[in-house]
Amino acid sequence: MATAEIRHAADEHHGEESFFRKYLWSTDHKMIAMQYLFTGIAMALIGGFFAFVFRMQLAFPGIEVPLYGMVSPAEYNALVTNHGSIMIFWVAMPVLLAAFGNFLIPLMCGCDDMVFPKINRLSYQIFLLSAIVLVVSFFVPGGGFGGAWTAYPPLSSIGDFSLTPLGATLWVVAVALEFVAFLLGGINFITTAMNSRAPGMRLYDIPMAVWMIVIASILFMASVGPLIAGAIMMFFDQQLGTGFFDPSRGGDPVLWQHLFWFFGHPEVYVVLLPALGFVAEIITTFARKKLFAYRTVLYTVFATGILSFTVWAHHQFISGIDPRMAHIFTITTLLISVPIAEMMFVYIATLYRGSITFSTPMLWALAFIGEFIIGGVTGIFLGASGPDIFYHDTYFVLAHFHYTFFPIAIIGAYAGITYWFPKMFGKKLDERLGKIHFWGTIIPFNLIFLPLFVLGQFGQHRRIYSYEAFPELAVGWMQDLRVLATLSLIAMLVFQFVFFWNFIRSLRRGEEAGENPYNANSLEWACPSPPPHGNFAVLPTVYRPPYEYSHPDREQDFWPQWQKD
Amino acid sequence: MEYLPVVSTYAQSIDDAILLIAVLVGFWTVLTFTLFFWLIFRYRARPGQRAGYVTGEERQPKRFITIAHMLVLVCDVFIVIAAIRVWVDVKQTLPTAPETQTVRVIGQQWAWSFVHPGPDGVLDTADDIKSVDELHIEVGRPYIYELVSRDVLHDFSVPAFRLKQDAIPGRIIQGWFEATDTGSFDIQCAEMCGIGHGLMPGRLVIETPEQHAAWMARQGQAAGRALLASGRASG
Amino acid sequence: MRPIATTRSASGMSTGRLAVWWVIGSEIVIFGGLLGSYIMYRLANAQWSEPGFAGSTNPWIGLLNTFVLLTSSLFAVLGHYAAEHEGDGPKAARYLYMTFGGGLVFLLVKTFEWSTEISHGLTITKNTFWSFYYTAAGIHALHVIAGMIIMLFVAHTAKRGLELHRVELIGIYWHFVDIVWIFLFPLLYIAK
Ligand code: HEA
Ligand code: HEA
Ligand code: CUA
Ligand SMILES: [Cu+2]
Repeated sequence: MATAEIRHAADEHHGEESFFRKYLWSTDHKMIAMQYLFTGIAMALIGGFFAFVFRMQLAFPGIEVPLYGMVSPAEYNALVTNHGSIMIFWVAMPVLLAAFGNFLIPLMCGCDDMVFPKINRLSYQIFLLSAIVLVVSFFVPGGGFGGAWTAYPPLSSIGDFSLTPLGATLWVVAVALEFVAFLLGGINFITTAMNSRAPGMRLYDIPMAVWMIVIASILFMASVGPLIAGAIMMFFDQQLGTGFFDPSRGGDPVLWQHLFWFFGHPEVYVVLLPALGFVAEIITTFARKKLFAYRTVLYTVFATGILSFTVWAHHQFISGIDPRMAHIFTITTLLISVPIAEMMFVYIATLYRGSITFSTPMLWALAFIGEFIIGGVTGIFLGASGPDIFYHDTYFVLAHFHYTFFPIAIIGAYAGITYWFPKMFGKKLDERLGKIHFWGTIIPFNLIFLPLFVLGQFGQHRRIYSYEAFPELAVGWMQDLRVLATLSLIAMLVFQFVFFWNFIRSLRRGEEAGENPYNANSLEWACPSPPPHGNFAVLPTVYRPPYEYSHPDREQDFWPQWQKD
Repeated sequence: MEYLPVVSTYAQSIDDAILLIAVLVGFWTVLTFTLFFWLIFRYRARPGQRAGYVTGEERQPKRFITIAHMLVLVCDVFIVIAAIRVWVDVKQTLPTAPETQTVRVIGQQWAWSFVHPGPDGVLDTADDIKSVDELHIEVGRPYIYELVSRDVLHDFSVPAFRLKQDAIPGRIIQGWFEATDTGSFDIQCAEMCGIGHGLMPGRLVIETPEQHAAWMARQGQAAGRALLASGRASG
Repeated sequence: MRPIATTRSASGMSTGRLAVWWVIGSEIVIFGGLLGSYIMYRLANAQWSEPGFAGSTNPWIGLLNTFVLLTSSLFAVLGHYAAEHEGDGPKAARYLYMTFGGGLVFLLVKTFEWSTEISHGLTITKNTFWSFYYTAAGIHALHVIAGMIIMLFVAHTAKRGLELHRVELIGIYWHFVDIVWIFLFPLLYIAK
């Protein structure tokens, strides 16, 4: 076995490959990771642009939005719907799960590629197709789908109600394709992490990032099935004229809500976990500390995963479910705060007696913890059935989930990108630009969404394209807060160019990173940066857990997994 | 910048539950943030100082986590109790007092219409008063609402009452409220219902019994005339 | 060329089998969601047992198809045995072709059944029962077709004695398709 592995790495062919083979038809896990990453970033630009357009409309109702024009009510709905769908399904999922899963799992497990490279390629291709279908849906007659990302029927299933018969169908098709892509992707994440770990790597030697991505994939697989079935039913309702969700023909619209949220709630942890994984890697590296209570973290993740299947109806408290059911879901929802709180405490405890360097990735990781706690605790207000009667579908909910999703999808992604950039591209990012970008993102972020909590507390509800029709909401100071949020968003978007500039500049002129720029421990730092096809010159063997920083027996403050002694 | 008016019998109890959660959760947030920032500050890298080696599996340091998580569980219990008490009041009980009246609330793309029981106090009789976008009720009288939808989901939301309930086509959903003050307040549609979802404002007018009776009298005449003119009796 | 990763087996379970179980796991939740929804509707609609609903399905055809699928699964088992214990690729391939034939018969019976039903006006839009009937059985039939296509590929390589472990994998998948039918049959045909 060992000799075969060495030979393999040596006789890797480095011949000329055509552009097509190299960038579009590659089976190399790192190239597929890049495909997912850049598709995700491109979609983030679209999703961010949509947010800009509808926030401009909210702050200055009826103006010509620069780069867009007038926003009609129908367009407003389509923009919000697709903003939400894109950010979750085409940004958070591909960047956190697919891009980093593909890049990190083989490297951190010490193998040369994913187990099924061709399935991996197919997964990306289906994902790309889904993104294309979604983008096409904006331009069909009637416009893009506008029935909210939750797509509650019968609005979404009957064209006469939504007035976007084609857009709604393409939306459902795109979402279903995206699910298939991630089910296929999951095959690789699971089998590679289970079967292809480097010799010596026991379960408790697996870095958190890998654990989290794998558990997230399992959660996804176990929760998405009913919604795929639901998507098929909805497609038939739309295109064949069945009545699964049409109450006038014996269907039940609330069924969709159950199918959607049975997936929807685990889904939020599907994206949360990878981000938590990156944060674990980063805070240990830059605090030079062993991860506090590694096993406890795993147990909390398992507990969260299991509980996450029991809370879905907290999104449906007031949707006409049996009111007695609400008690059960209140209790489970509140329970889930316990493992997540514990996880947060463990991460914070990791800093104890550390030696913390405030590099850009570390700043992102710390910001993740702080901002996510705000998002998490505001979820408690919503999980309590009584108060949720008031909060449901207000901007308080909106601010709650942006305080969770933004840290995950954007802060977490930036943490990951800045941390692994040297490994991905072989160059270091510029620290000064990185910090400008960090503060230019974090400060506006809070200025966008803190005001939205206040607006929600005062009864402002969601998905309304102009509040002028509501006397209680069309108040001066409320409008001022809306303007503040919008202006902060513009500031944040401007600062994103610093990131892109930093990215491009560092690719061209950045300092060479070397194999292990942070003196980190896990296996991805044992191979050249960027890793060649086949990754490791000699496939590594693992001798110890991943977070052995500042071990008292050692001169150096790190002790890589692959070093024999 | 006055806080939302409190105009239903249960609005205050919802606000109280929110306050309780805010205190408990706020305590933890402040605590974790203080600890978090203190650790960041205290253990910033300093030349010549090396990080400690703490696995977190030792009893002593781990105890802090375990105790904290038990305490969070205790807080959760209080929150659940508070939440459920309010919930049972708002969603699981219906008023039985004899003066209770029933109104029908109808959501459709994209307007609210309301059926008031009229002077006889009974719904689905000849003197029912129908109105569009305006719901008239009496202060101090319990009402049961029957929420229906003609097409897609809507949501009957009255922030001043802290009340919200989805309307589902094909079902009749019952709930209740009792106003504690007069005035006129927003009714919002809080469930995405299509292009006009943002244009579905309603108005809740809470009147004294005398005002309400006067309003009914005016409406009764108007409705009678309209019925004759259109020549059809709609359901 | 196959990566080294594919040849490792840290968990002790073969990689291919892990992958097949993953696929089956995903499928179980998909069918679970669909059938769960069906059962909920069924419980809420007592009239579904009457003619015009489930009362109009033909349990004898369903039974015939159950028998056909079970037989084909038996061939899949024999194929697996031939491949694994006898190492006889061509023999395994022959059994796979027979399994394939079973799938074909199943589909033919289904075509006959459906065309009769449709000609009697029992179409997918007739009512929610028939919507479920065609959706569930239709998705199942798609799985049968997918399984048959993969089976041809596997038989093709097995005939030359290559990749014999795949005979087992397609067999597992085929059993799964079979089991789904075993759930569909009573739910759609018998529970009247
Ligand atoms: C990744 C995203 C994410 C995450 C992680 C969460 C996490 C949580 N969410 Fe959130 N949520 C969303 C995304 C997310 N949510 C989205 C997108 C929606 C709206 C969808 C839509 O309608 O469009 C939503 C909506 C939503 C609702 C429905 C509101 C409504 O529509 O009426 C509820 C209700 O229970 C809820 C609750 C929670 C809870 C209890 C958690 C918990 O997991 C949080 C646990 C964490 C903590 C509690 C913090 C750490 C703990 C401490 C610091 C200790 C102190 C705590 C206590 C004393 C309790 N969320
Ligand atoms: C991951 C999820 C996510 C993210 C990140 C965001 C980001 C933002 N969201 Fe959104 N939002 C949702 C998920 C998300 N949103 C969902 C699910 C809904 C509900 C939809 C519905 O009701 O149907 C919603 C709805 C929603 C509304 C409600 C509209 C309404 O109800 O009327 C508003 C209003 O202000 C809003 C604002 C914003 C803003 C200002 C940002 C800003 O933070 C955006 C800033 C832009 C960027 C950060 C992108 C540009 C950056 C890059 C291109 C950098 C590279 C990218 C990576 C490294 C990944 N969002
Ligand atoms: Cu009616 Cu929204
Ligand atoms: Cu949830």
